[in-house]
Amino acid sequence: MLGVVQAIIGRDLRLAMRRQTDLAAMLFFFIIVVSLFPLGVGPEPEQLRRLAPGVLWVAALLATMLSLPRLFADDHRDGTLEQLTLAPEPLGLIVLGKVIAHWLVAGLPLVVLSPVLGVQFDLEVDALSILTLSLLVGTPALSGIGAIGAALTLGVRGGGVLLSLLVLPLYIPILIFGAGAVDATLTGLGPEAHLSLLGAIALGGVFFAPWAAAAALRIALE
Amino acid sequence: MSNRLINWFRFSSPQTFYPLAGRMIPWFWTLAAVFGIAGLSIGFLVAPTDAQQGEGYRIIFLHVPASWMSMFIYLVMAFWSAVGLGFNTRLSGMMASALAPTGALFTFLSLWTGALWGKPMWGTWWVWDARLTSELILLFLYVGFIALKAAIDDPRRADKAGAILALVGVVNIPIIYFSVKWWNTLHQGASVNLTRAPSMAALMLWGMLLCALACWMYSIAVALMRVRTIMLERERHTDWVRQLVEGGEADDALA
Repeated sequence: MLGVVQAIIGRDLRLAMRRQTDLAAMLFFFIIVVSLFPLGVGPEPEQLRRLAPGVLWVAALLATMLSLPRLFADDHRDGTLEQLTLAPEPLGLIVLGKVIAHWLVAGLPLVVLSPVLGVQFDLEVDALSILTLSLLVGTPALSGIGAIGAALTLGVRGGGVLLSLLVLPLYIPILIFGAGAVDATLTGLGPEAHLSLLGAIALGGVFFAPWAAAAALRIALE
Repeated sequence: MSNRLINWFRFSSPQTFYPLAGRMIPWFWTLAAVFGIAGLSIGFLVAPTDAQQGEGYRIIFLHVPASWMSMFIYLVMAFWSAVGLGFNTRLSGMMASALAPTGALFTFLSLWTGALWGKPMWGTWWVWDARLTSELILLFLYVGFIALKAAIDDPRRADKAGAILALVGVVNIPIIYFSVKWWNTLHQGASVNLTRAPSMAALMLWGMLLCALACWMYSIAVALMRVRTIMLERERHTDWVRQLVEGGEADDALA
């Protein structure tokens, strides 16, 4: 059962590594969006420190969202997706593999980059580590829930804008808890409650969303 | 038992449901008017002035029913979506599409009247409180649902895709309802509570309940009118629609 998940992860990672410019473009989008905010609101360290968690999290949502259409579109175009739906393994597991691969390619680099960008916002070490931890816990949920939106808008005209309409509202709780964890650290409340809720959403998202996405894929391919 | 089952599914076909809906619509409009007039006259003429909030509280007679309907219609939409996915019935998807604009309207009304109420009571049009925010998310979900359905040309695929989206979004409804308990913020707690006596005067409660019933009846009437239009549009290639249109008066043809 888990063999198929591993196979899909390996395949998607290999494909992603052969197109490293896509990955780099997404990461630079993240960096540019985050860097725009100090230019927009001014360089006062006090203000930037308060804005940092929200800015980094919103930028992470947008960067993830930009990379979502490619989750299924390429496989759809060359017919691989249809072959995958014919496989004897449950389609949900295949989607789970693609979600994990998407997180490794699009989510994990954001987590790794975030402490560097946090330094630009004058965050202290404890806030930086919580920011990184919250992104580490929360970004899998972004990939999971995003897969539903990507599957629903597969091959639909105006798919990109529509995808943001569908997915961003569902991302809001993740944003609230993710940025809230860092805020709670900054104000001295402790981030445990936020991180626990974020973890619960991530677990739910990664384990249940692939099945909904699989159902959506079957509808899209009918 | 089997007889009853057949009766249930009899009206799941657009052809049989169309005339039934046509006969029901005037009744629901009448009920909506009766409940609306009764509720509003209690609300504006009979109910006493609130001790703390003065006359300003009277917007509750629109605000609370609109908020209830906004959440309830989403649940009904999700219910029809689940039925549509489960039984593969054509009518369910049409019902869900017919309900969505009304639900979005009530969500917008709830936010709008809430802003009008918040300004004199809290001194601000908008606070980023959990309940307000969830209601805003609900509006986004409605808009996403409507946009997704509009973007897909094949109605069968649109119905199913919308159904999945509605079922995913329904997770949001409990968050709205329990957010008051999860986050303690500026927003007052629920005014009506099933476990203890209502914290408001009985007359106010009656006015509010009557207004809520009026909103129900209005929603049903409007949804039925909309679903009839959708039925005609989608089934335009069928014989019964052709007969209906050629026969002139839509309501008599199959009644």
